[in-house]
Amino acid sequence: MVEVFEIYEKMERNNILLSFKGEVTSDLLTSILQIMENKMVDLQEEPKMKKKVYNVLVECLQNLYHHMDEVPDAREQKLKSAIFMIGKLESLYTIFTGNYILNENIAGLKGRLDKVNSLNKEELKHYYKEVLNNGEMSLKGGGGLGMIDIARKTGEKIDYNFLEINDKISFFTLNIKVTTQN
Amino acid sequence: MDNYKIEGSPKTPSITFDLGSGVLEIKGRSIPENSIEFYKPLVDALDKYSSSSKPATTVNVQLEYFNTSSSKCILDVFKKLESIHKGGSAVTINWHYEEDDEDMLEAGEDYQAIINVPFKMVMVNE
Repeated sequence: MVEVFEIYEKMERNNILLSFKGEVTSDLLTSILQIMENKMVDLQEEPKMKKKVYNVLVECLQNLYHHMDEVPDAREQKLKSAIFMIGKLESLYTIFTGNYILNENIAGLKGRLDKVNSLNKEELKHYYKEVLNNGEMSLKGGGGLGMIDIARKTGEKIDYNFLEINDKISFFTLNIKVTTQN
Repeated sequence: MDNYKIEGSPKTPSITFDLGSGVLEIKGRSIPENSIEFYKPLVDALDKYSSSSKPATTVNVQLEYFNTSSSKCILDVFKKLESIHKGGSAVTINWHYEEDDEDMLEAGEDYQAIINVPFKMVMVNE
């Protein structure tokens, strides 16, 4: 049996405002964004903070929507599932996301993340414009702009991890911090 | 040719394009998952307008939020406006941002650096 109280306590300890596990659809994102927007109004968040959190949240969640790989589960059924959580501790918001990724896709993604993490503020601005202007628009979204935008808006390095599940798939997690201090 | 008008939604902006006065307005939020689908008709409308453009074309962009998927499409719209500008209609892009929204101001400056059309950064009070 699932220990509901255990999950509850874990979420309480991490100050989770909202969490979701399952398939990420367009309608779901519309609802989640609406909920978070209302929540930030209730919490009387500064407009500046509200905008930053909202923007970064949109990019994080749409990343999941566009890039979740379909992976076979233990019973060889197609599985397209992800998790995300939004936590708040004083003036720091944290967005956690997790999704399966095919091992063959790790190198490309890791390369892009490391590139973004190697750049300073000015270099990120320059790189953003370069990708915006020259990059191919992918049918799946911004064609690599999402991570650059997250790094620019948060002013933080992107904290990521790949947890190997087996020789075919891994679980990719992001831990994005948003404050207005930067 | 008819005026172009689209109502806003929680994820897409309202767009009005008055062909008689040459004024295009994009307002609201632009965060759809699929932006190409949303912006293609506007790019097509600008294409048609370019052959019978007014001496001056004014573009008011007042976005609260936009995602990176939209940012490429907005660039496509601006590129179309750049060619209309070159074609003889004096285009001005008024990029609106709220007082405390440095990210939105910076986004406007990014476009200004790429597109060869006069930009005005317009601060609005909340």
